[in-house]
Amino acid sequence: MPTVGVKRDLLFKALGRSYTDEEFDELCFEFGLELDEITSEKEIISREQGDTKASGASDVILYKIDVPANRYDLLCLEGLVRGLQVFKNKCNRYQCDLPVDPMFAALHSPQTEAVRPHAVAAVLRNITFTQERYDSFIELQEKLHQNICRKRSLVAIGTHDLDTISGPFTYTAKRPGDISFKPLNQTKEYTATQLMSLYKTDSHLRHYLHIIEDKPLYPVIYDSNGVVLSMPPIINGDHSKISLKTKNVFIECTATDQTKAKTVLDMMVTMFSEYCAQPFTVEEAEVVYPDGKTCIYPELAYRKEKLSGKFINQKVGINESTEKIAHLLTRMCLLSQATGAGDEIEVEIPPTRSDIIHACDIMEDAAIAYGFNNITRTTPRTYTVANQFPLNKLTELLRQDLAAAGFTEALNFALVARTTLLPGLLKTIAANRKMPLPLKLFEISDVVLKDETKDVGARNSRRFCAVYYNKSPGFEVIHGLLDRTMQLLEVKPARGEGYHIQTADDSTFFPGRCADIFVRGKNVGRLGVLHPDVINRFELTMPCSALEMDIEPFL
Amino acid sequence: MADTGVLETLLQRVEKVDDGVDSLAVATSLGVDHQVIVGAVKSLQALGDVISAELRSSKHWELTEEGTEIAEQGSHESRVFSCIPQEGLAQSELMKLPFGKIGFSKAMSSKWIRVDKAHEGGPRIFRTVESIDDQVREKLLLVQKGHSTQLEEKEKNELKKRKLLSEVTVKSYWITKGNSFSTTITKQETELTPEMIASGNWKEKKFKPYNFEAMGVAPDCGHLHPLMKVRTQFRQIFLEMGFTEMPTNNFIESSFWNFDSLFQPQQHPARDQHDTFFLSDPAHAHEFPQDYLERVKKVHSEGGYGSQGYKYDWKIEEAQKNILRTHTTAVSARMLYKLAQQKFTPVKYFSIDRVFRNETLDATHLAEFHQIEGVVADYGLTLGDLMGVLHQFFTKLGITKLRFKPAYNPYTEPSMEVFSYHEGLKKWVEVGNSGVFRPEMLLPMGLPEDVSVIAWGLSLERPTMIKYGINNIRELVGHKVNLQMVYDSPICRSGPPTQTE
Repeated sequence: MPTVGVKRDLLFKALGRSYTDEEFDELCFEFGLELDEITSEKEIISREQGDTKASGASDVILYKIDVPANRYDLLCLEGLVRGLQVFKNKCNRYQCDLPVDPMFAALHSPQTEAVRPHAVAAVLRNITFTQERYDSFIELQEKLHQNICRKRSLVAIGTHDLDTISGPFTYTAKRPGDISFKPLNQTKEYTATQLMSLYKTDSHLRHYLHIIEDKPLYPVIYDSNGVVLSMPPIINGDHSKISLKTKNVFIECTATDQTKAKTVLDMMVTMFSEYCAQPFTVEEAEVVYPDGKTCIYPELAYRKEKLSGKFINQKVGINESTEKIAHLLTRMCLLSQATGAGDEIEVEIPPTRSDIIHACDIMEDAAIAYGFNNITRTTPRTYTVANQFPLNKLTELLRQDLAAAGFTEALNFALVARTTLLPGLLKTIAANRKMPLPLKLFEISDVVLKDETKDVGARNSRRFCAVYYNKSPGFEVIHGLLDRTMQLLEVKPARGEGYHIQTADDSTFFPGRCADIFVRGKNVGRLGVLHPDVINRFELTMPCSALEMDIEPFL
Repeated sequence: MADTGVLETLLQRVEKVDDGVDSLAVATSLGVDHQVIVGAVKSLQALGDVISAELRSSKHWELTEEGTEIAEQGSHESRVFSCIPQEGLAQSELMKLPFGKIGFSKAMSSKWIRVDKAHEGGPRIFRTVESIDDQVREKLLLVQKGHSTQLEEKEKNELKKRKLLSEVTVKSYWITKGNSFSTTITKQETELTPEMIASGNWKEKKFKPYNFEAMGVAPDCGHLHPLMKVRTQFRQIFLEMGFTEMPTNNFIESSFWNFDSLFQPQQHPARDQHDTFFLSDPAHAHEFPQDYLERVKKVHSEGGYGSQGYKYDWKIEEAQKNILRTHTTAVSARMLYKLAQQKFTPVKYFSIDRVFRNETLDATHLAEFHQIEGVVADYGLTLGDLMGVLHQFFTKLGITKLRFKPAYNPYTEPSMEVFSYHEGLKKWVEVGNSGVFRPEMLLPMGLPEDVSVIAWGLSLERPTMIKYGINNIRELVGHKVNLQMVYDSPICRSGPPTQTE
């Protein structure tokens, strides 16, 4: 779950009112956010680097807010404010209008196909940055990179001062040695090859190098004068870097996943077009594909869905009028109205809500707006008869009786996909050498075995393992436990139809002190006195006898 | 047991008086050590209400070691006096005696002796009086005989200053007759024996009372693991609620059933190496229900069933990758798919089993834990039904105050985090996750469109840690557990909310 840090006072100013921490926490809870932490830059630095480094840092109060992983529209202050304002009935939906003239073209060349095939772009015209807006703009790119962009592997965002470059732009791919430019915040030009080794030690950028490192051609974007805008997904050029003074921003997104590229571009422009001379207005860019096909971006697609009030009422378990439901949805940034045809509601899904992909997503928003905790709790009238899984039933019953037989249950990890339970029990003993003797332990758990007949090529096998650890080996104790277990399982001591044990060779056990357990003629396990080498390797000092067997044959 | 003679003598003493006797006085008059009488008192007390003894403390004066010596041999000054012959004694000779130095100065200040410094052959000491009265010795003798009251406080303090007397606190018993006082002692039996039962002579015997303050002998027994006790409890709750147990005995799962079938996209971060354990052998699963697999592929990449889909290039290679399952919901998916292949009947399923996640390990997180999961599939289930079932489930655990927070989960919509009010912490704490399975998961399986499936999950370890007050998960599971904790853990009995847990 991504965490967004916003300055509290800035947030309250944008929301048009202030809240106590408790009130804001409550608001977040209802909306599905979590006020994770109330802190300040000073506190963060002091915690991470010590008090001395923190002196002089800002003590402006920061809210750290956890945002659901699919709500990319809430990853910055601007988006959070819009979402919460709508939720609190504060304002209605915002508009994104498209200008008439597509002014910029990004040309796509076929070389990118093998490395990073998709590119989309847009322009924010006449934007006014302040320090806070600028910081938020940079921060949103970072949040998107870490989340939907999957650490830049799926999508990488580049933002440029449009007044320093001139279109049309060319998106191509070249050999690393043939790309040369001055990267962001560097003083001289490097070839792409040099950059890759330069950034090997960069704490931030080194995580992205693997995305293109082993490719023969690296993606690169040039302007019409041959100026390098960026070498996605690694670094932008220094030439076109944006600053507080930047008025016109060219945004490009290159990607391996086109759907996500479009979503990311939509998110960048919907969030920050608010600060353009004509608010919520974004300028299009034309992308020309190698095959001559052209596309206009951003798509900023509004999608209309029709559903019935009955659908919402039935799925949520409420009984609201069609109009009320339309109002609930509108409060969640989904502009809705009753069409008048029965209980039909038309819902408009804005480009910011890429998470809405099905009617059930719309239903959830209605339920959130209604308030989960206002829904009447009901009991499904489903009549069912419970059944235990036979293997678990047998396990439960056996465990009780093994404890009654004086053995104590241990519980060890299965993570290694172990094939035997014995080592876990021996480790448990090793960790409890201080306990009074004898130690009598058992465990019933699954081990994992390869099995070609299963779709995944492996299966679990339920095992029963017991150990006896004392000054004498106590084979008779473990043997007695086997007899008791067989008695519980209604298997009589006899060859053929019953159970018997017979000498076996196993390096885990002391020579001549190991036997196989046969049940109805089938070998189900083994018992014996452990070999001193085994005892030593588990750092144990006393003789020990053990039993391990499969319990599935007794189902 | 003290010597019967002493016991009987003591009882006779007590019988003779009306108000009682002091153990110290008895010891003095019998000429035995006080401890002997104290032992006798304890023995008599153990016999029942023969006597009653009240512990008292009193202060009295006692001679120090030096004081005792003086009482026997006289004060240092008197000894100096008596060792000086008529013709006098050289001072150097006198000083060689052990009492010489102190005795000399005291005798001088009492003017019993004099020094002739000009004497020929060094200073010489002579008597100045014929006889002396050794008062120090007499006073000490009085104290020694127990008559310290005859001395004035001032005199006693002076002797104390000379370290000849000391004041000591003495504990003694004031012994009076008990309700069943008798001067004869009956020997008490310790235990009932088969012979007594046979002969019936237990009727005449007196039995030594038990010490009910002592602990009993620990039974020789085995113990169930606390986490498994809580598992049994949760299993019981599900069974009481009519839920059928799912077969979750398959730790190794294909990405297909663990993720794809749940409409979890292939680029989802949970499918990263960082979050999931992938298997190197057997690395891949084979044999999927082919037509179902095609439907899953389509709903991911193109949508359908009313969904936009995720619009990406779905790859069979990703779905084939074997992993250690990250949730038991993989089994729920298999069960729901199986259910969809028959004529639909409503079901309630549950499971409690191990799941594996490549998590950052800390005091509350391990790379494997037990997931508790409940699933209900029926026609027309609502979000209200989900919250109602959760309310019933948690009420059985003794948790009644619940509230729900919107959340995100790729395979449920709506998704709700379940919070309960923790009376101890005075705040809402997350106790589980829940939701309604997405149509993109259910419809490709072939379940009817009007069937909804609600589900919830929580970890077994967390409630167990709370129940048994364990702060570090490593103290609960794995080989490093302290067996004493296992031995000592109480039964797990969750119950109606009136119980305080």
